Amino acid sequence: MKDRAADFLEFDREAQVYRLSPEQAVRDDVEKHYWRHVGLTVLKDWRLYLMLVPMLLVFLFWRYFPMYELLGCFKVSDDVVPVSQQLFSGFSYFKRLLLGGDDLSMQFWRALRNTFILSFYGLCFGFPIPIILALFFNEIRSNAARSVYQVLTYLPKFMSTVVMTSLVTMLVKQGSLTTGMGILNQALANLGLISGEVANAGLLNNPSFFRSIYQISGIWESAGYDSIVFFAAIIAISPTSYEAAQIDGADKWAQMRYVVLPSILSTIVIMLITRIGSLLNIGYEKVLLLYNANTYVTADVVSTLANRVGMGNNPIPGVAAAAEMMNNVIGMLLVIGANTIARKASNTSLY
Amino acid sequence: MKRKLEISELIFKIISYTLLTVFALCCLYPFVYAVSASISGRSAVEYGSIVLFPKDVQFDAFAQMFGNNMFWNAYSNTLFLTLYGTLWSMLTAILGAYALSKRRLLFRKFFNFFLVFTMWFSAGIVPQYLNYLATKKVFNAAGIMDEKWLVVIAMGMAAMNIILLRNAFEGVPSEIEEAAIVDGATEFQVLSTVYIPMSKSTIATVALFFAISRWNGYFWARQMISNSNEHPLQVFIRLQLEQYTDPEVMAGWSASFASDSMIYALIVCSIVPILIIYPFIQKYFAKGVNVGGVKE
Repeated sequence: MKDRAADFLEFDREAQVYRLSPEQAVRDDVEKHYWRHVGLTVLKDWRLYLMLVPMLLVFLFWRYFPMYELLGCFKVSDDVVPVSQQLFSGFSYFKRLLLGGDDLSMQFWRALRNTFILSFYGLCFGFPIPIILALFFNEIRSNAARSVYQVLTYLPKFMSTVVMTSLVTMLVKQGSLTTGMGILNQALANLGLISGEVANAGLLNNPSFFRSIYQISGIWESAGYDSIVFFAAIIAISPTSYEAAQIDGADKWAQMRYVVLPSILSTIVIMLITRIGSLLNIGYEKVLLLYNANTYVTADVVSTLANRVGMGNNPIPGVAAAAEMMNNVIGMLLVIGANTIARKASNTSLY
Repeated sequence: MKRKLEISELIFKIISYTLLTVFALCCLYPFVYAVSASISGRSAVEYGSIVLFPKDVQFDAFAQMFGNNMFWNAYSNTLFLTLYGTLWSMLTAILGAYALSKRRLLFRKFFNFFLVFTMWFSAGIVPQYLNYLATKKVFNAAGIMDEKWLVVIAMGMAAMNIILLRNAFEGVPSEIEEAAIVDGATEFQVLSTVYIPMSKSTIATVALFFAISRWNGYFWARQMISNSNEHPLQVFIRLQLEQYTDPEVMAGWSASFASDSMIYALIVCSIVPILIIYPFIQKYFAKGVNVGGVKE
């Protein structure tokens, strides 16, 4: 930035020479002894930097050290050698997963596909429903009635994943008509939507129902709660906007299209980025609690595969970590990509 | 034209009320069913004849559960993890967020990135697991044998929550802080007498988020706590579910109530405390979502 001498030189009238301005002298000194100045600043302000320490340590120990552990994926062989001595000497685990051709590789591709499908369905069904709910909430003029509806729809969000999945498991449980078949199988069988044998076997043991159960329970759990943020954006719209639209002859549909939608678009974009960012980071806890050996075909996702391969009997941690790493890198690219697009398109960004 | 407007408005209103009612009832029904099934007689549960209201009311399932020491143990473990975990998370998060909110902090951009990166990329569960095993050894070497403390210290750090706090602290007017400094307040005094009182509601929201994630924590608690006496409630519920839906256990079942009733009773007991405090925390919950939009 030092393009003009007048910026950092001062004319000394008595000596008739140009001297370095005092500020520039300090700046030059900082540049020369950078780390000494950093040390002095930190020392002078040590209380502030001390406050940062616990947080940094927690993140370092339990967020960044695992990433270092990840580097073990690049080992050539399974020999127990410290990670540091094996860095970047090969991609054997990745090769084995991607091109292995064996059972493990097949399972990995299946898990990757399931991860994409589950999150894509979640985006298709789980994302629009809260917006629609918020539009409906907005129609209810009475505050008391709206509170009742809102409390009822938020309710499932307050269960933990374990309680929610336990409830789901019990509702679609296997059994015969005399040994406590789940109430939902019973209802579906009575309506003729599923056959008796399918109902008896339990819906969670049937691969073709896993995705529906996963999505429907997800909507049940969080649609009401997710609608809060959209509802807040909708009630922030000034009533005069509606009045102006009505004078122009806009019916309900046109008001939705030209008043409500543009007003909540930035909220929708932010929520969409968050959603896309966690697209591949789907709740492994929920899958883990709902799936079983019968439904691996449709239910197994990368995290649960990694859990089985890396933490079960005869663990192969390297392979499991490599599988998850590929998943997480794609996830990271997705969130950065979504964020960049959103920033370019609408000046709304999350990070 | 006026008529067309009125008709479209009426149609939309009818549609919204109908669908909302259906959805709200669907949300509520599983809970009502769980309560009914937990207090119904054995044959009513096993023949699936309960639709909404309980039949042949009994409270034996609840009685057996309340008589189980493991249940109370699990509850107290969950309270322990929630209380100390939230305190620890809040302590580190408030101190860190305060430092990050200061413009004069050197390498501020780097520290922010250090946090945000963990939101983008996670190492995955297997490296995390190996890391926990390693830290467990360190803890044991330091004389901390209780695995609960490891869960308290190692878990539940969320970058998002720290960013929420940081944004709240950045919103505090700097004049007040300057006045406090002129009066001779140290950094810690400024934080505790100016910043914390002025961002109370965000702090409450973030504390709530931490507490909920602690209360709900299952996977890592199950992986890291090997002693079954120290299992929190969520792990206990899951183990009970696995036990009571096992066909062999069900075949040999001879109690006066159905084995399903046990699970439903457990589910009811884990939800009731949350329902009791729900009215008090609801407003913070709703607020937390609205401050979720972050810009830098």
